[in-house]
Amino acid sequence: MMGRHWRTLSGALRRLASTPLATLVTVSVIGIALSLPAGLYLLLANLGQASNGLEVQPQISLFLKPDAGKDAQRQIEKQLRSHAAIKTFRFVGRDQALKELSAGNGLGDLAAGLPNNPLPDAYIITARENDVAQMDKLRLEVSQWQGVETAELDSAWAKRLNAMLDLGLQLTFILAALLAFGLIAGMGNIIRLQILTRQDEIEVSKLIGATDRFIRLPFLYHGALQGLLGGLAAWAIIAVSAQLLNLNVSRLATLYGSAFQLEGLALGDAAALLGSSAFLGWIGAYLAVSHFLRHFRISHH
Amino acid sequence: MISLSQVSKRYPGGFEALKDISFSIEKGEMVFVSGHSGAGKSTLLNLIAAIEPPSSGSIIINGQNLAQLRPAAVPFLRRNFGLIFQDHKLLYDRNVFDNVMLPLEITGFERSEAAKRTRAALDKVGLLEREKTMPIALSGGEQQRLCIARAIVHRPSILLADEPTGNLDSAYAGEILEMFKSFNQVGVTVLIVTHDERLIERFGARTLHLQHGILA
Ligand SMILES: Nc1ncnc2c1ncn2[C@@H]1O[C@H](COP(=O)(O)OP(=O)(O)OP(=O)(O)O)[C@@H](O)[C@H]1O
Ligand SMILES: [Mg+2]
Repeated sequence: MMGRHWRTLSGALRRLASTPLATLVTVSVIGIALSLPAGLYLLLANLGQASNGLEVQPQISLFLKPDAGKDAQRQIEKQLRSHAAIKTFRFVGRDQALKELSAGNGLGDLAAGLPNNPLPDAYIITARENDVAQMDKLRLEVSQWQGVETAELDSAWAKRLNAMLDLGLQLTFILAALLAFGLIAGMGNIIRLQILTRQDEIEVSKLIGATDRFIRLPFLYHGALQGLLGGLAAWAIIAVSAQLLNLNVSRLATLYGSAFQLEGLALGDAAALLGSSAFLGWIGAYLAVSHFLRHFRISHH
Repeated sequence: MISLSQVSKRYPGGFEALKDISFSIEKGEMVFVSGHSGAGKSTLLNLIAAIEPPSSGSIIINGQNLAQLRPAAVPFLRRNFGLIFQDHKLLYDRNVFDNVMLPLEITGFERSEAAKRTRAALDKVGLLEREKTMPIALSGGEQQRLCIARAIVHRPSILLADEPTGNLDSAYAGEILEMFKSFNQVGVTVLIVTHDERLIERFGARTLHLQHGILA
């Protein structure tokens, strides 16, 4: 029985090879359609990777007024220590801040050139709750204390970025689902045309005792193979696009002191892409043949 | 083996091709069906092979009532038959060998066994040398013999032949009928449709005579 599967598979391959142009067009269309959601997914996954390296534990930076004075500072520290929502805090004096800045980013020359230190004293606060809304409430509260110039929520952008990536991912899945429907319908139509050219064979087979399963099999292989080839095309499109983008990405990343590189599809993701494209082709073919068999009547002379 | 009782067939559109047909054929019998063009001969074969449903009456094949057959069981019923169609129904996109092989592929025969049986069937009808030929390149008589090879390759218990000698001269027709007789002698039930009364006379077998859908 395995023999029949092999023969059917090679038959389907031969059929695809016998109409190279039509096969190429179909495979390209499927490939392009699939590379849209798969490429988007890849881009989002890469961005997620990149932002994962960043501090996501949000902090509040509390900047003091330049003329706050020791009394106000003591009062602020007392309030920080006793506040229920605050986990830790540390003081960053203006001198230290300038030193860190010039050491960290190679701006030493710039700092040395300044007539006086423009940085304020600051407290870096981490909260007990990581929730952005809670953090923002806390930020607002501390910003109104005596001697405070301003309070800023750091790393909130990372959260926001993550939220946007999630949204992007959801949109990608919706897009993928829509394209999946389109692909099934398109494949169904391709198989329908295949069926029409092989109607005699189906009729004779049915007349001499073929089951619907037997009749369906070659078309299922045809659909799955075409889907698989489309998936491979999508994979190739994505790999080439990632390579092309990387030329520019690495230039951009160097500017930010990062070694960020767009990664191609991971092996697991690629397997999922190929598997689902083959599966969609299979389903399209299944629906087309079943529809045909349901409405098929044996013709008479 | 084959038993019809009060079978009628009315086609969509209202034409009644068969009226109140009752007969039965025993296992191992050889029977002719004769009648004028449009008498309902092909319709009768189509009902027996479960290709068309009867409008009324019951048909029993090998003890199975066709009316009670699940659709999924129909293919397996059909494998009891060797069918020779009036319009041949050969597949013109594959060679002689592959045409004959088809019934064995359908029943899931192992490849080498299938090839062996295919050659045996082709040998029986004298087409072994032509196995690579496309059907379109065969003469009318050769095409008819190809149909016979395809009908017998899976060793059916019932042979239903619709005008198997349709466009052959009487010498050839006699040869083919001898072939059917030899199948019949090894136990195959044979039902042959023909409008050639002289042929029937020559063989002198039991004959069902149809006239305007009525068994005379
Ligand atoms: N599918 C169909 N739909 C409607 N009428 C049909 C159909 N098939 C056959 N008929 C009619 O039924 C009658 C019997 O047809 P059938 O094919 O059984 O005749 P036959 O005896 O085989 O004739 P012939 O010797 O010419 O082959 C004919 O009048 C034909 O027009
Ligand atoms: Mg007829």
